[in-house]
Amino acid sequence: MTDVKEPVAKSEFKQIGKRPKRPDGVDKVTGRARYGADFALPGMLHGEVVRSPHAHAKLISIDTSKAEALPGVKSVVTHHDFADQPSEAATAGEMAVNYRDIVRNLLAREKVLYDGHPVAAVAATSVSIARKAAKLIEVKYEVLPHVINVVESMKDDAPLLNEEQFTKRADGSMSDKPSNVATELEIKVGDIEAGFAAADHIVERTYDTKPVHQGYIEPHACVASYTEDGQGEIWVSSQGHFLIRSFTARLCGMDVSKLNVTPAEIGGGFGGKIFVYLEPLALMLSKKSNRPVKMVMSRADVFRATGPTSGANMTVKIGATKDGKITAASTDLRYQAGPFPGSPVGPATMTSFACYSIENVLVKGYDVIVNRPKVAAYRAPGAQVAAFAVESAVEELAHAIGMDPVEFRLKNAAKEGTKVHFGATMGPVGLVESLEAIKSHDNNQVPLGPNQGRGYAAGFWFNIGGETCVTMNVNEDGTVGLSVGTPDIGGSRASMSMMAAEELGIETDEVRAQLADTKSLGFNFISAGSRTTFSTGKATIEAAREVIQTCRERAAAHWDIPVDAVVWEEGQARPASSNAGDFEPLSLKDLAAMAPKQGGPISGHIESNVQGAAPSYAAQSVDVEVDPETGLVKILRFTVAQDAGKAIHPSYVEGQFQGATAQGIGWALNEEYIYDENGRLENANFLDYRIPVASDLPMIDTVIVEVPNPAHPYGVRGIGETSIIPVMAAVANAIENAVGVRMEELPMSPPKVLKAIDESQPIAAE
Amino acid sequence: MAKTHVSTEINGDQVEFLCDTEQTLLDVLRDELQFTGSKEGCGSGDCGACTVMMDGRHVCSCLVLGAEAEGKKIETIEGMADGEDLHPLQEKFLEHAALQCGICTPGILVASKALLDRNPDPTETELRYWLAGNLCRCTGYDKIIRAVMDAAAEMRSS
Repeated sequence: MTDVKEPVAKSEFKQIGKRPKRPDGVDKVTGRARYGADFALPGMLHGEVVRSPHAHAKLISIDTSKAEALPGVKSVVTHHDFADQPSEAATAGEMAVNYRDIVRNLLAREKVLYDGHPVAAVAATSVSIARKAAKLIEVKYEVLPHVINVVESMKDDAPLLNEEQFTKRADGSMSDKPSNVATELEIKVGDIEAGFAAADHIVERTYDTKPVHQGYIEPHACVASYTEDGQGEIWVSSQGHFLIRSFTARLCGMDVSKLNVTPAEIGGGFGGKIFVYLEPLALMLSKKSNRPVKMVMSRADVFRATGPTSGANMTVKIGATKDGKITAASTDLRYQAGPFPGSPVGPATMTSFACYSIENVLVKGYDVIVNRPKVAAYRAPGAQVAAFAVESAVEELAHAIGMDPVEFRLKNAAKEGTKVHFGATMGPVGLVESLEAIKSHDNNQVPLGPNQGRGYAAGFWFNIGGETCVTMNVNEDGTVGLSVGTPDIGGSRASMSMMAAEELGIETDEVRAQLADTKSLGFNFISAGSRTTFSTGKATIEAAREVIQTCRERAAAHWDIPVDAVVWEEGQARPASSNAGDFEPLSLKDLAAMAPKQGGPISGHIESNVQGAAPSYAAQSVDVEVDPETGLVKILRFTVAQDAGKAIHPSYVEGQFQGATAQGIGWALNEEYIYDENGRLENANFLDYRIPVASDLPMIDTVIVEVPNPAHPYGVRGIGETSIIPVMAAVANAIENAVGVRMEELPMSPPKVLKAIDESQPIAAE
Repeated sequence: MAKTHVSTEINGDQVEFLCDTEQTLLDVLRDELQFTGSKEGCGSGDCGACTVMMDGRHVCSCLVLGAEAEGKKIETIEGMADGEDLHPLQEKFLEHAALQCGICTPGILVASKALLDRNPDPTETELRYWLAGNLCRCTGYDKIIRAVMDAAAEMRSS
């Protein structure tokens, strides 16, 4: 459809770049919006999960008879109700999973592998009966030695989680002995030894991070209903109801056609609501009871058995010449995966040095299983952890050669044409522009006081495209309905409506975007990988172009002139020139009214595998004040500059930058999973797992850099993830600048910072 | 155990309900009376998503028993708008894009209104400490703070 108008220049946008109120907004400020736990069906039961209290144990027996005898209990499920699955890779966004592991994570089979691992589930006529029944299920365990720490787990004498797992080495060979190391990865470019030999200064350190949780405020929740004729329905808040359908149908042994999944509003995901936890349990409980079943996790369940991203142990070595050229960089990235392989160490190896043009690089990654909950994606999975190590070392190296850390990054920054270490050659990208924006920002000119410091860091994230289907219908009054299949987590219905309106030449409020269930559209991949505004937006624009093409054809037929002689301008079909004829323009409303007498309703459908996602780079600066008496770090100001390609709705772009930054600040200063000596999670609540609150943070200042993505009609890049990547290193760099201590471990909580300060300042002899 | 009969007032309406003694006010609002605007994020009073007004004080409804609502006046998010007219706080939240996923929004709106009812001209610091019991994971609070401050300014000038 090249004859339809080409991408418009920036100044010509009529809707894009404005800040309209979101279409789902009123429902969300009045309490009307329905999230996962807000749905109910007549005759509905309540499900409860029985979870392992042990980090590692053999499952000897499960006796459900007492629970089943309790009045009000309608069904119980254990692993016996789910067929075992073969070892077979499954798509789950940016992280690999395996059906063998999915079925074992759903309900433990041979062993329990972490504190909180589901063992059985029960459905009853009330929540309180379900809870009582859960306590009546008797499980016998044989407790085994466990391993929590990634370095310990890699040792030869570590307790094995899976005696059948051997290490797949980087060269493709397998280890001789079983191991907790599932996979070794390697990326090698140039001559690493020659590169370090050419360096005037080398920084080498080992860093450690803890698992952190995505911390969405809405716990996982769903309602499932299975009917006597073998049809299933699920209402659930997730980042991708099509993937929920795939996994659930597979685990419950159903045809995909017999399961429909309707998306609820989602109360935050950040990567943690891609995978199935409750849905197959609820559906199987419904099948066995012939009643709808609702399941809602407690906050403790959310912490113990969903989410967290990997903790890691990482060694980084970077060398540079005196004049600031990075000559070589290497890293070993040891990532915890939870009890099954699938940590985001792959993306970590690729993103680690992708901010820079470096000739000699050696990256090794290790995917290591431990007795912790199965890790899930978390905003730029893997990249943020590696960036804490790499960007800490980069800043330290800049100081070592006496160069301004922003100038040092600018000198080595990846730009258009740079082939980064994992093999990609960059198109137009905005790292240099982001660094320049940070350098010239007013915040960067503010003088610092005692115990205050400023730190910088940069970040890279790929972004993805993928399977996307949309349907656009011109209604009989000329307004437009748009059905999309990517859950709206942070305002995407607003951006879709704006893009549709822009393309059609109408007003944003004349388009109503809605989320369709799985039976109404072709397969849509998840809302993750910063893909929604890019992929669904691109499909929406293409669907609008189909609508426009049909409108031109209808106008041409009405006027009895060739289609080529009709243009679409400002929401109207018009003769291309006076040569084409003298006709009154036909609006979408006119054409909709004519439709019954022409070819019928006007619509656009796009079913596509969207390509061309372009990376988004970010640069950040943060000012902190460290209390030398307590070790408390206060964030004074924070500046984010990130390349959005083109901001569709700038407020929601800023919101992504700010939210990602706040999550990074929590990760930097407070958040961590704390286990006792028996491998039990000790802080499975929001009081002891402390995410940032309003009084912890300042305003977060943003700069939207716009280097257009040539593969999107309006230049859009995904923007949801990059801004969490640099935060932890930026804060560590600011602490070093403030009080002269280099933090090698997250979180940089008051006791750790105080200890580092005390150790750096030996008490003077009296 | 026999259920407890409770008479209360919710958003200006007289309401009667039966509840188990162990049911929280949040359970009753959501599961018995279908006021699902108040959300359960933690069940332990740490996240503030279930914030409602009880006799003019803002409380975590997950920490109040349903039976304790006897004779009280309860106000929830469902009662904040005046018919078709949104409260200025609701308007400003939309105008400033102060919500992303929106799950914390009802609790934050109720808590913010409670502050402005007693202090129409709070400083940013006062507001940040007032809202420290309401967790938001999406926004970094920036736009929430701006929206409440802007709503306060508008309410003062009207």
